[in-house]
Amino acid sequence: MRFLALATLWCSVSLFAQDYFPNNEGVKADNNNFTAFTNAKIYISPTKILDNGTLLIQNGKVVQAAKSVSIPKNTVIINLEGKYIYPSFIDIYSDFGVEKPKKASNGGRTAQYGPSREGFYWNDHIMSEKNALSSFSFDDKKAKELREAGFGVVNTHIQDGIVRGTGALITLNSNGTDNDRVLDDKSAQYLSFKKSVTSQQSYPTSLMGSMALLRQMYHDMDWYAKGNSTTKDRSLEALIAHKNLVQIFEAKDKGHILRADKIGDAFNIQYTILAGGNEFESINEVKATNASLIVPLNFPVAYDVSNPYQAEYVSLEDMRFWNQAPTNPKVLAEHGVTFSFTLHDLKETASFKSNLLKAIAYGLPKEKALAALTTVPAQILGKTNQIGSLEKGSLANFLITSGDIFEKETLLYENWVQGQQNIILDKNQKDIRGEYDLVAGENTYKLSISGEINKPKVEVKEGEDKLTAKINFDNQWVELSFNNKEGDKVYRMTAPVDPSTDLLTGRLWLPNGSESTFKATKTAPFDEKEKKADASNDDSSEVLALTYPNLGYGYKSKAQQETILFKNATVWTSEDAGILEATDVLVKNGKIAKIGKNLKASGATVVDATGKHLTAGIIDEHTHIAALAVNESGQNSSAEVTMEDVVNPEHIAIYRNLAGGVTTAQLLHGSANPIGGRSAILKLKWGVSADEMIYSNSPKFIKFALGENVKQSNWNSYSRFPQTRMGVEQMLINYFQRAKEYEAKKKSGQAFRYDEEMEVLVEILNGERFISCHSYVQSEINMLMKVAEKFNFKVNTFTHILEGYKVADKMKEHGVGASTFSDWWAYKYEVNDAIPYNAAIMQSQGVTVALNSDDAEMSRRLNQEAAKTVKYGGMTELEAWKMITINPAKLLHIDERVGSIKEGKDADLVLWNDHPLSVYAKAEKTLIDGTVYFDLEKDKQQREAIKAERSQLINLMLKEKGKGAATQEPQKNTDELFHCDSL
Amino acid sequence: MKIIRNIISVVLLICSLPSFAQQTPAPKQSEAFSVEGAVAHLGNGEVIENSLIMFQDGKITFVGDAKTKIARQGTLINATGKHVYPGFIITCTSLGLVEIDAVRATNDKDEIGEMIPHIRSLIAYNAESKVVESMRPNGVLMGQISPKGGTISGTSSVVQFDAWNWEDAAVKTDDGIHLNWPNSFKQGRWWLGEDAAFKPNKDYAKEVGDIETFFKNAIAYGKTTPASVNPAFAASQGLFSGTQKLYIAADGEKEIIDAVTFAKKLGIQHIVLVGGYHAYKITDFLKENKVAVLVRAPHNLPEFDDDDYDLPFKLPKLLSDAGLVVGIQNMHQSNFQNRNLPFYAGQLVQQGLSKEKALQMITSNPAKILGIDADYGSLEVGKSATLFISEGDALDMRTNQLTRAFIDGRDISLETHQTELWKRYMEKYNSK
Repeated sequence: MRFLALATLWCSVSLFAQDYFPNNEGVKADNNNFTAFTNAKIYISPTKILDNGTLLIQNGKVVQAAKSVSIPKNTVIINLEGKYIYPSFIDIYSDFGVEKPKKASNGGRTAQYGPSREGFYWNDHIMSEKNALSSFSFDDKKAKELREAGFGVVNTHIQDGIVRGTGALITLNSNGTDNDRVLDDKSAQYLSFKKSVTSQQSYPTSLMGSMALLRQMYHDMDWYAKGNSTTKDRSLEALIAHKNLVQIFEAKDKGHILRADKIGDAFNIQYTILAGGNEFESINEVKATNASLIVPLNFPVAYDVSNPYQAEYVSLEDMRFWNQAPTNPKVLAEHGVTFSFTLHDLKETASFKSNLLKAIAYGLPKEKALAALTTVPAQILGKTNQIGSLEKGSLANFLITSGDIFEKETLLYENWVQGQQNIILDKNQKDIRGEYDLVAGENTYKLSISGEINKPKVEVKEGEDKLTAKINFDNQWVELSFNNKEGDKVYRMTAPVDPSTDLLTGRLWLPNGSESTFKATKTAPFDEKEKKADASNDDSSEVLALTYPNLGYGYKSKAQQETILFKNATVWTSEDAGILEATDVLVKNGKIAKIGKNLKASGATVVDATGKHLTAGIIDEHTHIAALAVNESGQNSSAEVTMEDVVNPEHIAIYRNLAGGVTTAQLLHGSANPIGGRSAILKLKWGVSADEMIYSNSPKFIKFALGENVKQSNWNSYSRFPQTRMGVEQMLINYFQRAKEYEAKKKSGQAFRYDEEMEVLVEILNGERFISCHSYVQSEINMLMKVAEKFNFKVNTFTHILEGYKVADKMKEHGVGASTFSDWWAYKYEVNDAIPYNAAIMQSQGVTVALNSDDAEMSRRLNQEAAKTVKYGGMTELEAWKMITINPAKLLHIDERVGSIKEGKDADLVLWNDHPLSVYAKAEKTLIDGTVYFDLEKDKQQREAIKAERSQLINLMLKEKGKGAATQEPQKNTDELFHCDSL
Repeated sequence: MKIIRNIISVVLLICSLPSFAQQTPAPKQSEAFSVEGAVAHLGNGEVIENSLIMFQDGKITFVGDAKTKIARQGTLINATGKHVYPGFIITCTSLGLVEIDAVRATNDKDEIGEMIPHIRSLIAYNAESKVVESMRPNGVLMGQISPKGGTISGTSSVVQFDAWNWEDAAVKTDDGIHLNWPNSFKQGRWWLGEDAAFKPNKDYAKEVGDIETFFKNAIAYGKTTPASVNPAFAASQGLFSGTQKLYIAADGEKEIIDAVTFAKKLGIQHIVLVGGYHAYKITDFLKENKVAVLVRAPHNLPEFDDDDYDLPFKLPKLLSDAGLVVGIQNMHQSNFQNRNLPFYAGQLVQQGLSKEKALQMITSNPAKILGIDADYGSLEVGKSATLFISEGDALDMRTNQLTRAFIDGRDISLETHQTELWKRYMEKYNSK
């Protein structure tokens, strides 16, 4: 022991006193001795394993690892017979030693729009110039904790901001200095969608804003690199300098992985991405990114569902995630996704091993597990010659264990970092467990030692009586004490453990204070049964099947296109043909193939629609369901953002909309600013990806807004221009004028700064992108039309448009359409003159009118809203029905494809059990592109299935709790429901 | 003199401008009416296909078949092919207390304080509200106006929707006290940086205890005549004497059981459950305790992702099928939505409830719950002539088309600020 310690000291002196550093503490002395670890099972890498090999190291590096190694004479030899050697682990996503960024104080009551810094990028959240080492100090305590978990190297960075600057690769070598430890001071550049806590600058307020900011930043980087800037920007310069580094992106969610990758693709950057643990739900899309992932080894614990009332608050989705999440590493491995593990997001480093074992129990091959901790992170960082394996020349970073490191009972003895020994457990600890006859004083007792080798448990019996007893085993000394039967007297013993014998003998202190000796003779070895019982606790529980999407009403398999023949329906065509009685409609290849009488089609599913009504699917011109964000309110114009970036295909509102007969919806940006964001026009297909929901070849739309919301009238905000309708006009004119000038410059061939916002506004000027403008009072409606006319384009749609009836003639003349509420009013001052007759009046003046929801509740019964126009203003039923089908299709420029029942059009259809405008009507089937996405009968089965699966999962969780596993309190997580003024 | 004349002419000018003020309330019924030929939906579950209804001095004098040989009194209204209904009754609303949601100055529904039963809605009720008048063309003619917020929000009153002032509007003054029962689950205050998820409310027992302490003190207070008046305790006495009802808003199964058990224990005589999202799971319990429910309107979203998509649509039906007395309220949405009350009932018919049962939930049932059923909620001889005539089925949007409406026999206007704007602008376009 002492010899080893001495050797360590020598090593440290020789390794970590740099040649050119003066030494005033003694004489300079090199130690170029070798150390050999012999007779061990050596994992040079996950796939290169030596059964009885030797590892030879010198000066902190691996000299050789092989079956037979010629050992130089100046070698210290350590015999590791029966032990294993592994390369030590690497945490590629760490904030080790980095000072936590300080939160900026919330100074003013109104938002901060400009940056806090000078000399950098215009947005504070882009901090490419930051470096981990600028706020770094080696954390000895944390280093020890990490070494005890098996880590030798961490890649650390400042985890704050959208661009976070560079990180550093650092060994956990507590003996050296940063001169020794820092392997690379710019090992990677880091990015995320999350703003910095160090600045209150409001932009971006949303996920889509972060995405737009990143895109614009890359454009600006390119522009700056070409020398176009007249001013100095240290952020962009740093960004340019870091261009060839590994780029690591914090996504933490399967959807965000796709979002990040899409940005990367646009600029030829392949990010390495921090995953969220739910990648198994969209494994094909995740795989298709080709990104290497960094996966937190973190799994949800079971909910404590022992209180049935509380259990109801936990959704099936969340329960299932608990059940399925441990399969994530296995699924990634099966699909050939390259991934490494990280401790990031683990509350306790100590839970690392149990989570790792859990992943393996759920099917992750051990070889992949080892690779994810060694070779893969080394490879991601381009440092395979230094870390991650025990190949010649690598750093001597390795672990010595009692056996297979991925077994529960295996002990980690030593963690060597840069050739420096760190003892975690004494590897020579003898196994003293077993049954003994103990003679102490006058009496003989039965002594039974069990538990773990280094943490034994003890039981002492006198005859049949169990005595209170304690044992401690440390540094080859055992300490034992027990009470007498009555519990009032203590026997204390201590003895050194002799490796050569099973006999324990040493000093005994009797209760009366006199000293004596004791002797314990082993009668039987430790019974392994107990160990096995322990291990069975780790068995993975049954894993339930995924659905699409993976929540309560998801489908077991994705819904498929069908050939369907509707017989004998009352068909509401939304065309000039009006209503066709007793008519058949054939759906084939996703299209309406034929409309007629007595149709036949072989192989078609025949639906008897006698007494039922078949209509085109409802189109909602204005919705905010299925979105992860609604407003980018950080600036008064946000044309650069797009709702297509934040579509959430797993929102239960999609299913509920289908149940209300809605098949298409325009996902609009909110109304926080006069120039909002671009739209996503969706087909509400349940169970497909966000990209598959977005219309192919989608018409381009953007949201504009006027009135109280953009003036920020109804909350305390007084600093952002505009605060009046007067200001709104000037702001719009200014933006369009600038867009015109931008285009002129671009066309002239001069160097120009690519500006995503201006590009979008130019599309509007050129009639390539359409405005849907949130508006209420007549003055502002008229104003926008005049502004548009000044710039020679037409406003496409006024949405809400509650005073449209006052200027319907002017709207007709301009050629703008209207999408309004049926009967909303009185919720704010600008809707004081809103009347439910609005739709009918505008219609009477020749304006194309649609009814929209802006509300997840109303959108699932838009047929009833259409019926209200019959009541208010006396619309005919045919015209009323068009207001939620062909009219919104026209406004959205998709009327060639959807909105009516016409041969050749998309088979987006709804079968109703009653007159579709009646409050008594219910949608029975809803089809999109010939695929049934909602079926009332299937819905009944889904309800039963949900009940059964909830009960199954509750039982599994109760079982988990019964086993003594950690639990979390029940909770209800809800998707946000947005209106257009949600911030 | 000249100045006065000028002032008068200005006043006249203002009055003669296209009116944006409320419709003039109808005068007291001076002549009898006979409505003949309509399908009469009596509100008590009965229908008369070809009916005759007569009323005089504000009271119904005859309800029967049109074939009955009886002299028609007063003005005869031929309503052949039309439908007659009792005026619809909305409960738990802040109509008249809030004019424009976003304009704080127009909002009088929520007073400071946690337990303030002495706060009375009636005196703040704006009889000339434009939102109130917009109820009438849809058949919603009466309402229970209740304060909101806090734990005990205050005391409500029942009013009719055609009056010069709150005093004239009052049908039943200070009918009940409104209590918001604590939730055993609470959403994190995300605006303070907490997790936005709903988690068990650690303070639930304490919050319930506070209510209990309050009522126990109110009971003790009522046993003597204290020298110093405690307005809150004093205002609660009707609950124990049985002259007032306690309206308890609770949604969860546990909360409902706790609330009902609590109220019974304290000897509160009449309790009404408001909300009741999970009431359908414990209908036997509610029946046993004779608790009526003012259930949340069907035009709301399910609260849990795993709930049936149509749970809110059918919830009132589930309670009614179980034999409970059910009315519909929509207190969590903007007041203007209350005019959709008939369509909430219609939504239940979509779910399989009979039209007449659905109708009861917005007529005789709320009347019973509010304790005004001796006069309102159904078309019966001797009751108030508060009724309307619709061109078609009033529970369906496309046929709810009122031609006449009466409150206490008074022939009320069906015009509103909104119909006036409609007519004004149509006139503008038509004259072009």
